[in-house]
Amino acid sequence: MTKANIREQEAYSVFLEDFRPKRPTFRNIVVAFFTGGMICAVGQGVLSYLLSGSMPEKQAYALTSSVMVFLGAFLTGLGVYDKLGIFAGMGAALPITGLANSVVSPAMEYKREGFVLGVGARMFQVAGPVIVYATLAATIVSLIKLYVF
Amino acid sequence: MEFHRRGTSTCVFQEMPVLVSAAAVVGPREGEGPLGDLFDMVYSTTLLGETSWEKAESKMLRQAVDLALAKAGLEESQIDFIIAGDLLNQIISSAYMAREYDIPFLGIYGACATMSEGIGLGAFLIAGRFARYVVAASSSHHDAAERQFRYPTEFGHQRPPTGQWTATAAGAVVLGAQGKGPRVEAVTIGRVQDFGISEPNDMGSAMAPGFADTVWRHFQDMARQPEDYDLVISGDLGNIGSMIARELLRRKGIAIDDRHQDAGVMLYHPSPEVGAGGSGCGCVACVFSGKLWKELYNKQYGRILLVATGALHSPTSCQQGETIPCVAHAVSIVSG
Amino acid sequence: MAYVKAFLVGGFLCAIAQAAMDLTKANPAIIMVSAVSAGAVLSGLGLYAPLVEVAGAGATIPLPGFGHTLVTGMMEDAAQWGLFGILTGGFKAVSAGLLSAVLFGYLMAVLFNPKG
Repeated sequence: MTKANIREQEAYSVFLEDFRPKRPTFRNIVVAFFTGGMICAVGQGVLSYLLSGSMPEKQAYALTSSVMVFLGAFLTGLGVYDKLGIFAGMGAALPITGLANSVVSPAMEYKREGFVLGVGARMFQVAGPVIVYATLAATIVSLIKLYVF
Repeated sequence: MEFHRRGTSTCVFQEMPVLVSAAAVVGPREGEGPLGDLFDMVYSTTLLGETSWEKAESKMLRQAVDLALAKAGLEESQIDFIIAGDLLNQIISSAYMAREYDIPFLGIYGACATMSEGIGLGAFLIAGRFARYVVAASSSHHDAAERQFRYPTEFGHQRPPTGQWTATAAGAVVLGAQGKGPRVEAVTIGRVQDFGISEPNDMGSAMAPGFADTVWRHFQDMARQPEDYDLVISGDLGNIGSMIARELLRRKGIAIDDRHQDAGVMLYHPSPEVGAGGSGCGCVACVFSGKLWKELYNKQYGRILLVATGALHSPTSCQQGETIPCVAHAVSIVSG
Repeated sequence: MAYVKAFLVGGFLCAIAQAAMDLTKANPAIIMVSAVSAGAVLSGLGLYAPLVEVAGAGATIPLPGFGHTLVTGMMEDAAQWGLFGILTGGFKAVSAGLLSAVLFGYLMAVLFNPKG
């Protein structure tokens, strides 16, 4: 048997500590802050424009997210958004444009497997879990608010 | 019956099989790397004019084999076996390559260790007089591997600095019973090692113990020192894995620091995208076929030890939280 | 001023997510899932609505805003219909985002191919 036992594994993991490179956490956080901030400022621009018309607030917010999803999807299609993601990490992934990226990237990728089992089935590979857990969390929170408070 | 084994794991050839020719085909990023001028063919796009990454990879592999055959001046009908492997599920790149040839096919999987496994098996077939000529080849494709092992290619995410960049590359060598060229002197087949690393973005740490074990066994079995080799080349430990592997070997009393190089580090200019270095079956295959074979042929080196290392995990095993088993195979090659 | 607030709050949320990813070494999907769930919880605690008040798109564009919008929608309908409202209100509120993701996602997949 050549699988290391627990003691050997632990010793190896301690040994590795000296070699493990530090993630550039500070740089990553700063870049995420500025990129995410810029994307939100663009969103604010769309929102302000819509609100300056006669659109009710609720509709304006909904339409803003729709416009941002379109932008994220389009930039993914052009092959730009993955570069932004590598550069900015969560700064590109956390805004709703990043959610659009996570929908379009598998949709394009699996087109070669057909439009039903490729595009249709795989589209929500990453966004699916996000929607599932958002729904679960929101339901639990709402139930608690409704019956406990 | 007389056996040609030494020590625990090493097979030594009485009549050394010859590496008659070698060819390397790579993608754009590899072509722009430090070794760019050495490759036989550099593609400017990663799709190679095909309609999928998988087809592109198979095409690269086929071209590497074609070029290696042409350089050796051999016809398809003169080849007795073709041994090939790659990273894709059910090694499809190799199978689709092999259907283009009228040659008996052996498909192998050793992840990044595939090239030295193929050269070793080819040498066995020739030394056993079961073949006159054998082709050994392997390939990998960055985007095909990315979508199989990680995320879709257009999904924007950061990789940690220990992550490695799967090479878009293919390499092929022709082994013969006789001829001019570098010769395979000995082969050490590695044992699977698992030291409990489960992070697929940290393959250097996972593979280093496998590399160290195989190199140590090779030196023990052959009763040799690092000084007997002009170069010890590891197949894709990356820069972090290389440091770990050297330290592991130093603790076993073997200092290879001054003669060790890593194919994954050699292939690319450093960048945050590439991370710790190149990886994939094609990485060490194209570095050996494009660079080292020529240098051995020109007698720039007397003897090198080619140690390709493979991480034998799958997307499923990783998602289920399994640790990564790794293997390394060493091939000792002398110039001539 | 609205732009500056959106920039600062949106950037701050992204910076927290980045810090969480780098420190826990979790993969991006887990961070995204955690972020929407955290948004729902903060919304339930009544902390997210003031943030939207201040930062506008800076609070609704990042993923926690998605969780918040779900909870807001559910609670709006629940105020009228009780338990039944939770079933009807949630997806109504996020319909624009979800429908756009499906429609534009599909459209882009038809129009473009991955560049690698």
